[in-house]
Amino acid sequence: MLTELANYITFHLLQLAPESAAGHAVQFFVYDTAKILLLLVGIVFIMGIINAYFPVDRLRIYLSNNKLYGLEYFLASAFGAITPFCSCSSVPLFIGFVKGGIPLGVTFAYLITSPLVNEVAIALFAGLFGWKITVIYVSSGILLGMTAGFILGKLNLENYLTDWVRAIQQNAIREEAAFEEAHVPFRDRLPVIAKDAWGIIKGVLPYVLIGIAIGAVMHGYVPQGFFERYLSADNIWAVPLSVILAVPLYSSASGILPVIQVLVAKGIPLGTAIAFMMAVVGLSFPEAMLLKKVMSMKLILTFFGVVTLCIIFSGYIFNIILV
Amino acid sequence: MKTIKILGMGCPSCQATEDVVRQALQQSGKEAAVEKVEDIQEIMKYNVLTTPVLVVDEEIKIKGRVPDVNEVIELL
Repeated sequence: MLTELANYITFHLLQLAPESAAGHAVQFFVYDTAKILLLLVGIVFIMGIINAYFPVDRLRIYLSNNKLYGLEYFLASAFGAITPFCSCSSVPLFIGFVKGGIPLGVTFAYLITSPLVNEVAIALFAGLFGWKITVIYVSSGILLGMTAGFILGKLNLENYLTDWVRAIQQNAIREEAAFEEAHVPFRDRLPVIAKDAWGIIKGVLPYVLIGIAIGAVMHGYVPQGFFERYLSADNIWAVPLSVILAVPLYSSASGILPVIQVLVAKGIPLGTAIAFMMAVVGLSFPEAMLLKKVMSMKLILTFFGVVTLCIIFSGYIFNIILV
Repeated sequence: MKTIKILGMGCPSCQATEDVVRQALQQSGKEAAVEKVEDIQEIMKYNVLTTPVLVVDEEIKIKGRVPDVNEVIELL
């Protein structure tokens, strides 16, 4: 149905020739914009509902009171995946976890996955690469959080927390209860959830549209296999290079995902592209700045370093699996 | 007069919460002391995990989301 709409607008209303580069580009833009908008609205809204009802405090109490033999890494990481990406909540959550006596590695697992798997990235992945790749992205994001969290947990980094956070950690208390909001009926919460969802969409929309537009131009005008020469799977440096290039980009750059999709269509290996994407959304300077309040520079660098290595490693694995 | 505190490290949602509180005060005609708490150490004294948080007279009322204007009016 969307294909027909895109065809109608491009070839009928705008009278572009189906074989021309401009025709290809415009058709691509209309189709991708419509599809991604629908997915973005749907997924952001669903995640908003989940998030409004997710008992964060109970999870923390559960994690701090039970011995889980490794399962805690999974729980923290999966929890990071379903909470929306807001760097401003990640610091209070980090401290809340530390305060509850939850090991640093588990806390890191949460902190890594939280921005990595977010509703905007999911919607864009689903729209551009299909559900199979989306599931792979989400599950590997969770796995990556667990792995990197586990490694960081083994490094004994407690001494590199800021002093006041260490004081909190030493006085960690196992809490039994926390403030819970009075139950508000779903009907009353819906407008608030919808408003939040709209806020998120409005925030990323310009970037996404620009991304699709650039992607569309490339789709129409760049010849097949153009980039392959530089970033092909045979080039051993392609993965680390694209990951390191991606770290300084901020996550509003999820808008570049449409560009990446075109790069993949034009010959760049999918694994390299996924690794690039993970580095863009997972690691950012603004996040590092916020974390400075709770961690020493050395800890932040170790944290970023371990995550970067894990992303590079997963990029290689993807390139082997996803051929 | 009630004291309203908005806890949050200065993210867009926290800004939105402040705007909602100001609107609520204007619409209801009531007066309250509004204070923004942006220091993370101060915020953590309230034992919250998600921001923004709305505190009325040292009691947590709403956390982790931007409230609705009418909701805030009821809390005033």
